[in-house]
Amino acid sequence: MESVTPTPGAAGSLPAAAQVALGQIFKVFLMAGAISFGGGVVAYLREYLVRASHWLSDEEFMSALEISETLPGLNSVNIAVIAGDDLRGVSGAAAAVVGLMLPGAVFVMVLGILWTESRHNPLVSHFLLGIASAAVGLLLVVSLQLGRRQLVKLPDLLIVVVTFVAVSILKIPLAYVLIVIGTVSIWLYRPHPAREAAPEQLPFERGPRHNQYRR
Amino acid sequence: MNWQLTKLGLVFMMLSVLAVGGGTAVLPEMQHATVHWFNLTDKQFRDIYSIGQVAPGPNMLMVLLIGYRLAGALGAAVVGIAFFLPDCVLTLAANRLWVHFSGSPWRQSVQQGLAPVAIGLMFAGTWAIARLSLAHVTDGSPDFVAIGIATVVTAILLWRHINPGILVLVGGTAYMLLTH
Repeated sequence: MESVTPTPGAAGSLPAAAQVALGQIFKVFLMAGAISFGGGVVAYLREYLVRASHWLSDEEFMSALEISETLPGLNSVNIAVIAGDDLRGVSGAAAAVVGLMLPGAVFVMVLGILWTESRHNPLVSHFLLGIASAAVGLLLVVSLQLGRRQLVKLPDLLIVVVTFVAVSILKIPLAYVLIVIGTVSIWLYRPHPAREAAPEQLPFERGPRHNQYRR
Repeated sequence: MNWQLTKLGLVFMMLSVLAVGGGTAVLPEMQHATVHWFNLTDKQFRDIYSIGQVAPGPNMLMVLLIGYRLAGALGAAVVGIAFFLPDCVLTLAANRLWVHFSGSPWRQSVQQGLAPVAIGLMFAGTWAIARLSLAHVTDGSPDFVAIGIATVVTAILLWRHINPGILVLVGGTAYMLLTH
């Protein structure tokens, strides 16, 4: 990103942030959206926002990721909203989101129209089935990696299992699952005087996860 | 037609708000909604999901194709806006309010409490795609080629990090050649 001028400490401080042009925000997110083939968009965003353009510090980026993970929606899109908003307010957020999604949206629509015409071709059909099968392996590994904290801790493991059974086996609508299990789970972690002294526990480990995204 | 579009918009707005833990978390509900309330078949859902896997950018952009398949170009636009806009507005609001909660011990409670729920939902999403792809649609018998591909990909990714985009393309090619 040779054309991006570094604006140290831009995020969060309005006078400096105002210097980042909307077109620049759009361009950086467009690059991230176009080049992040095979997922891992968050890693590309970190590369562009922290390393290349210095729009966010590493801490600011991890804080944005933390917020994104707690809120509904895709992490990458939520990070785009937060970074865009920090840089240029609502219009910055809009430029970031549109930039991030535009390349993939065009790509998906073109492939989709081709698929609509050739979906009865057994070769196309088998190719897509193979992709779905490979995706199962990918989803499994991502779930295991993101959940490595939760899967080895007893109350958490129980919540993971109960959530899975409720959705996949009992087919309970997601809204009820989120309201009931989510509330119970948050209540289990309710603020407690004895627990306040404990060190902060994030739902993920920063170090290894960083490396995972970095590659 | 207009009712169909309205219904599509409402369903994907609901999915948007429920997507705690990202796109994978909401896959079972999305599959159920599009197959039972609209005329999408399981196979179409699976194919559309696969197309999304090879696209750059956020991998849930495949929802555009669900809209396109069910209601044409307008359907794609409605689904895209309905699925992404509510979350963007929520995030924007949260980004501005977050500082007010940073001192609250409840913020950490919400984060810690929702993390295992999100992981459970990701496993449920994995299960949804597994059911669609690892068994034959016709009779439900196990598809051993598909199971083999899923197993090999799992093993490779547990062993070392390889760009998943390459792995899914190799998986697709392998299935095509092995069943040809």
